[in-house]
Amino acid sequence: MMPRPGDAAVTHDLPLVEVDGLVKHFPVAGNVFRKPSGFVHAVDGVSFRIGRGESLGLVGESGCGKTTVGKLLVKLLEPTAGSISFCFADASGDEAPSEPVDAATLTGGRLRDFRRQVQLIFQDPYGSMNPRRTIYDTIAEPLAVQRIGNALDRVDRVAEILTLVGLTPASSFLFRYPHELSGGQRQRVAIARALVLEPSLVVADEPTSMLDVSSRTGIMSLMEQLARGLDVAYLYITHDLAVARYMCDRIAVMYMGKIVELAETEELLRHPLHPYTRALLSAVPVPDPEHRRDPPAISGEVAAPVDPPPRCRFYERCPQATSTCESSPHPPLEEKAPGRFAACYEV
Amino acid sequence: MRWSRSKGSLLPDASAGPPRVEPGGGRLRLLHARTRLVLRSFRNGAAVFLESRIGLLALVIIVLFAVMALSHPVLMGTVWDADIYDPVTGYAFDATEQPAPPSWKHPLGTDPLGRDVLSQLLFSTGSEFVLGITAALVTVAIATTVGAVSAYYGGLVDAFFMRLADLIIALPSISLLIVLSGLFDLSLFYLALVIGVLGGFGGTAIVLKSQALSIKVRPFIDAARMTGGGQFRIIFVHIVPNLLPLSLLYMMFTVTSAIFAEAVLSFLGLLDIRMSWGIMIHTANTGGYLLSGTRYWWLVLPAGASITFLCSAFYLAGRALDEVVNPRLSRRDG
Ligand SMILES: Nc1ncnc2c1ncn2[C@@H]1O[C@H](COP(=O)(O)OP(=O)(O)OP(=O)(O)O)[C@@H](O)[C@H]1O
Ligand code: SF4
Ligand SMILES: [Mg+2]
Repeated sequence: MMPRPGDAAVTHDLPLVEVDGLVKHFPVAGNVFRKPSGFVHAVDGVSFRIGRGESLGLVGESGCGKTTVGKLLVKLLEPTAGSISFCFADASGDEAPSEPVDAATLTGGRLRDFRRQVQLIFQDPYGSMNPRRTIYDTIAEPLAVQRIGNALDRVDRVAEILTLVGLTPASSFLFRYPHELSGGQRQRVAIARALVLEPSLVVADEPTSMLDVSSRTGIMSLMEQLARGLDVAYLYITHDLAVARYMCDRIAVMYMGKIVELAETEELLRHPLHPYTRALLSAVPVPDPEHRRDPPAISGEVAAPVDPPPRCRFYERCPQATSTCESSPHPPLEEKAPGRFAACYEV
Repeated sequence: MRWSRSKGSLLPDASAGPPRVEPGGGRLRLLHARTRLVLRSFRNGAAVFLESRIGLLALVIIVLFAVMALSHPVLMGTVWDADIYDPVTGYAFDATEQPAPPSWKHPLGTDPLGRDVLSQLLFSTGSEFVLGITAALVTVAIATTVGAVSAYYGGLVDAFFMRLADLIIALPSISLLIVLSGLFDLSLFYLALVIGVLGGFGGTAIVLKSQALSIKVRPFIDAARMTGGGQFRIIFVHIVPNLLPLSLLYMMFTVTSAIFAEAVLSFLGLLDIRMSWGIMIHTANTGGYLLSGTRYWWLVLPAGASITFLCSAFYLAGRALDEVVNPRLSRRDG
C-alpha cells in the first residue's frame, strides 16, 4: 500500500502515537518464596511513531515481543519503563489534534474514553469471544459500555457494521453464537467489534495467522478497505513479510525485544539494511517455480531473552558479526538514510 | 451514526443504506429473539440430559416425588379428615392399637402416636424439596460469587476466601450442625441457610474458583477489558455465566447433602421441625420400634427409602448434567 495523497500522516506534524524507549520485563518464576530467578526482556527499549491513518507493520519471529508491544499500546499491559503518548483528533472532527496524552496517566473514566480510540483485534478469533454471548452481544458490548445509543439503536448499528464487514444478511448473523460461525466469519466479527467505536488506532495481532489460507486474503483486503474508508491507523503485527507488504505503509522489524530495522515497506523489502532483515527476506516464499532459493543465511533458534548479554541481540546468529559487535553494547536504532532506520554497526 | 467523521469514503454497500433489522416492533423482536435462543439452548441441553439413561431415571424419580409432595394438600382438602390424617396432630381413632399395620384407611399404617404414616410421608416430601432447593440456591449463589471474585482479584481476597474454605472443609459439617442446633432452634429454613452458607463458602467455592481461574486467562476477558468495561461487568457478565453450568451441577449435589443432613439431625432429634422423614424414623426409634426387626417395617421403610431415592435421584441428575455441561463447553470452545 503506497502512501496516499492527502495522507493524514503528512498533513499533521504530531503523530497519532509516539512510543519512546518502551520496556517490558516479565519475571521468570523462581521458587514460590524466592525472588524471580531472572527477567524475560520481552520488549527492551522500543521507539516508533504511527501517523494518522498510517499502517505500520511489526514483523518478527515468534517470541520476539510483538504481541507484548501490541498489548502495551492498548494498555492491556503496563510498561516496565518508557512512555507512550497519543494525540487523538478533537472530537469535533477534522480540527487540529488535541494535546498529546501520556498513556500511563489514564485511569477510570479517562481510560474508558481511551478505549474508544484504540482497539485490538486478537490473533485467536475462537478464544477472543465469550462463547455464551451472541454476535449481537459481542459487537454491541463496546457501545453499551460506552453508553452509545439505546438497545434498539445498537441493533441497527450492529447490523450496519456486520454489513460493512461482509456478513450479510446481517439479520441472519445477529443472534448466532460464535461457535456457529467459521473462522473467517468470526474474524470478521472481531473486526466489526474493533471498529464499531470508530477508533483512531487498531492494533491487529496476526489477525489472519489462525485462519485457513482461503479466507486470509478476504480478511486482509477487508481490513485494507476499512482503513481507507474509516481513516484508522493500524499497528499490524505479523510474522509474514508478504502480509506486511500488502497491508503496511512502513515496516518495523523486531528481534528479541528490539526494533532492528524500520523503513518504508518497498524500500525495506528492496534494499534491506540489517542482516536479520536480509535473513528474513531470504525465507519469504517466491511465487516463481524456477527460482532457486538461497539457503537461509541464519541458523539456530531464538532463545527466550532471559537477562540477555548487553551486546547486539543478533550477535549469535549474525553472519556479519565482527569483534566490535562482540565488545560493544546493542547498537542504537539510527537513521542510516532519510526515513531508513537500522540498528547495526556494519551498515 | 457518526460514520461521517471519517475523511475517506465509505464502502459502497454502506452508503447504499444499511438494512434496518426487521423494521417495526423493535424492542419486542429483540425480546423474541432472546427468548428463542434461551428455549433452543434449553432444548439442546434437555436432549443430552435425557439421552443418558441416568438422567431420565433421575428425572422420573424427582417428578414422582414432586407429585407426592403436591398430592398432600389435595388429599387433605378432599378425602382426608384433618382430625385423623393431620401429619402432626392427627389420631387414628379407628385403629385398636398404635402403631397399626397398613390397612385400607391407612395404607402405610400409623405411627406409635397414632398418626397416619402416608400423610406424614407426603407432607414431608414438600419440606425436603424446599430444604434442598433453598440450600442449593444459597450455596450456588455464594460459591459462584466467591469463586469468580477470588479468581479475578487473587492476592489477599483470594487468600482469605480459600483459607475460609479450608477451615470449613476441615470441620466435619454434621458435628458442626449438631453444635449449632444445640445453640439455636434450627428451623427448616435456617437449616437450609446454614447448609447453604457452609457449602457456599466451603468446597464448592474452591471448585468454582479453579474453573473461574481457567476462564479468567482466556482472551475474551482481555477483549472485554478492551471495551472499557469495569471489573463488575467482567466478573458478572463474562466470568459468572461461564461458571453457571458447573454451578448447576454442584447445586444437584448440594440438594443431596442437605436432605441427608436433615435426616441425620432429625433422627438425633436436634431440629425444630414439625415433621420430616428424619423425624419419622426418630419417632420409631424413641418408641424402641427400630430394634424389633422387620415387624414394624412401615415405621421405617417408607421414610428410609424416600431419603435414599430422592438423595440418589439428585445425585444422578448431577451426573447426567455433567454430560450436558462438559461436552458443551468443549464444543463451544471450538
Ligand atoms: N505474561 C507473560 N509472562 C511471562 N513471559 C511472557 C508473558 N507474555 C510474553 N512473555 C514472553 O515474552 C516474550 C515475547 O512474547 P510475545 O508474546 O510478545 O511474542 P510474539 O512476538 O507475539 O510471539 P508470537 O509470534 O509467538 O505470538 C516471549 O519469550 C514470551 O515467552
Ligand atoms: S551489529 Fe554486528 S552482530 Fe549486530 S547485526 Fe550488525 S553486524 Fe550483526
Ligand atoms: Mg504474538
